[in-house]
Amino acid sequence: MQIIENEKKYDVVIVGSGAGGGMATKVLADAGLKVAVIEAGPFFDPANPEQQTQLKWPYQSPRRGAGTTRAFGEFDMAYGGWEINGEPYNQIGDSQFDWFRSRMLGGRTNHWGRISLRFGPRDFKGKDRDGLGENWPIGYEDIKPYYDKVDKLIGVFGSKEGIYNEPDGFFLPAPKPRLHELYYKKGAEKAGVKVIPSRLSILTKRINNERGICFYCNQCSRSCSVYGDFSAGSCLIFPAQKSGGQVDLYVNSMVREVTVNEEGKATGVLYINKEDRKEYRVSGKVVILAASACSTARILLNSKSITHPNGLGNSSGMVGKYLHDSTGSDRMAFVPELMNRKRYNEDGVGGMHLYSPWWLDNKKLDFPRGYHIEVWGGMGMPSYGTGFNPNDLNKYLGLKVGGYGNGLREDVKKFYGSVMGMSGRGESIALESNYCEIDPTTVDEFGIPVLRFHYKWSDHERKQARHMHDTFEEIIHNMGGTVLGSKPGADRDYGLLNPGRIIHEVGTTRMGSDPTKSVVNEFEQLHDAENVFIVDAGPFVSQADKNPTWTILALSWRTSEFIIQELKKQNI
Amino acid sequence: MNRRDSIRSLFLGSMAGGLALESCVNVSEEVLAEKVWTYQYGRTPAEAAYDKKLLNSDFLNGSEKNTITRLANLILPPNEKGTVEQAGVTEFIEFMSKDFPSLQTPIRGGLMWLENHCNRHFGNSFVNCTEDQQLSTLDQIAYPDPEAKAQKQEVQFFSLMRNLVLTGYFTSEVGIKELGYEGNQPNVWDGVPEDVLADHGLSYDEDWMPKFVDQSKRNDLAQWDDEGNLIS
Repeated sequence: MQIIENEKKYDVVIVGSGAGGGMATKVLADAGLKVAVIEAGPFFDPANPEQQTQLKWPYQSPRRGAGTTRAFGEFDMAYGGWEINGEPYNQIGDSQFDWFRSRMLGGRTNHWGRISLRFGPRDFKGKDRDGLGENWPIGYEDIKPYYDKVDKLIGVFGSKEGIYNEPDGFFLPAPKPRLHELYYKKGAEKAGVKVIPSRLSILTKRINNERGICFYCNQCSRSCSVYGDFSAGSCLIFPAQKSGGQVDLYVNSMVREVTVNEEGKATGVLYINKEDRKEYRVSGKVVILAASACSTARILLNSKSITHPNGLGNSSGMVGKYLHDSTGSDRMAFVPELMNRKRYNEDGVGGMHLYSPWWLDNKKLDFPRGYHIEVWGGMGMPSYGTGFNPNDLNKYLGLKVGGYGNGLREDVKKFYGSVMGMSGRGESIALESNYCEIDPTTVDEFGIPVLRFHYKWSDHERKQARHMHDTFEEIIHNMGGTVLGSKPGADRDYGLLNPGRIIHEVGTTRMGSDPTKSVVNEFEQLHDAENVFIVDAGPFVSQADKNPTWTILALSWRTSEFIIQELKKQNI
Repeated sequence: MNRRDSIRSLFLGSMAGGLALESCVNVSEEVLAEKVWTYQYGRTPAEAAYDKKLLNSDFLNGSEKNTITRLANLILPPNEKGTVEQAGVTEFIEFMSKDFPSLQTPIRGGLMWLENHCNRHFGNSFVNCTEDQQLSTLDQIAYPDPEAKAQKQEVQFFSLMRNLVLTGYFTSEVGIKELGYEGNQPNVWDGVPEDVLADHGLSYDEDWMPKFVDQSKRNDLAQWDDEGNLIS
């Protein structure tokens, strides 16, 4: 089988169409460059009625929303999940890293929580504070102008709070909290936990005439058909095309490797067309990898050549190392005062209306770094699982559990909206011993060697999770609620979820000024190949307790401007 | 981006898989098309094909379905708000037994336990027993022992059926209406209703009010000063 050459020569070939790839597409196409975007999944447009799940009812599906085909329920807009048929990955020893992939234009931006937090000044210099991990080679002041531009281009609601490590931005106004969130606020503030309006990339106010405004259906995870929330297709790639940009999308195209010339410079990428299963090559002056931290590491490690025998960009041996995800642990509460609620539409935006940023000083704690608390609950749309164990909560009221008959209807209605929950999402310490690498024993259905993972939490993360549960319990008691489930102990890592479960995996191609200890420089340019850049979360030196997307976007914009300058100067 | 642009970019990489109907045994094209049309909710071609396969195959036989329908009517008797038939509960359980194959043995085995019990004690199949006989049977399996480490098989079976019946009902059109869920429609959220706040003894903090969206200005283009203060 021959490799089929694409005659077209691009300025830039971008692998992946999520946050990082989408932003690079927009900035580079707006600058007049010829761009090819290679996406492993199908085309997706949230406005396409054939693909739309927004505003569908559970009874429009034979499984009523169950998660058989999509990990977060079948209306969720991620084509993929922690397991994908034909695309396996393996573990080393008893590691348990769960790798979430979404194969579609826009990637995981179509379903994500839209939590859009800037990293603060302290987040770039963790090592200065506690001696752990590594500092970033850049600081907040380097990235601030790009955060500002991202806020204005894409839109994020929030409130100016003046908290040093939670920098304010150019915010749209915040929606008013829901009832259970006011309960949370009362309970949290009594426990000394700071509460502020959340910061989500959802349009509570018009930002331009191309995108609609939020109409409060709570379904951002289904991707908004009026483009009222951020996804890379609706906010970056489509606008780039619409304004006349030279953008060619190659969908259902699985990149195998980056090809290089004799000098070791990238010439383009090789991909497998999923439909005809043939190999194609597309050429460009610059290659940008934005396939997600682990997929990008995989592509680099699979790109072996005479000049790059350990894989492209891997002369340091650092590709795949320092993989880290946010810590996460959750707890639920039953709030008797929220029984028999008056009914009204409280869907609100797709996500919480308020949250708690990290509020403590680690000097007084037995773990480094912090976490934020997300809140959930309310009278949401029923889905598969609604009505399960319909009156288990009766045991807290001294009433009978189980039975049958019309009393069950009343039980379900009585408890509707009375359960809420909290999720802690925190910063872990990046370790060289947590990594992904190529598994020479396994290929995917496209014949591409797959990844295997080695990942162990340390006591830093376990102690943080223990602190989360102490906090959750105090808040729940303050709200007049009953804590559900038993407190997870040491045997369960204090409730710490498996690495990969929070889907903030970063660090596999980390940024640094020393080429022996890092993969890219501060402009996300490979130390080993000057025309290859990485604009996903691979270059993150540390993942703060924030969510990575806003930082991916800001860094990708900064890198794209650098690429434009370097091309002008004919440096690459 | 308009539809034509979408299609153009789609073809550059590769052909999109269409909604090609795979041939199915024992089902006429009309029936197939009807079932597919009923469940139009944004499926990928692979997902649509999987749904079609499940929708056009059977797990439960007719007598099992009758037993489930009777059981469902005892778990959730009809009232003026809705019935398990209107909610499509039996069809839903049939589908889930194929979607989650691990449910098949517990359901089929549980139904057999029910038949065996009724034959032994009443000399009749479950559906042909009197209502009193049916209810006396349920009384033995509808109340899990809170002290027990593991529940008996028949108790587990009933809990499973209760869960499936209730979730089938409350995710249906009539069930959602009865529950009182009022969302899933375009609206403008402007906070918890005043009377609800008062009932709960809660209010919005005065110093938070300026942070909230003024819904009368939601259509005005956002503008900020250099300090990031919203001025529109």
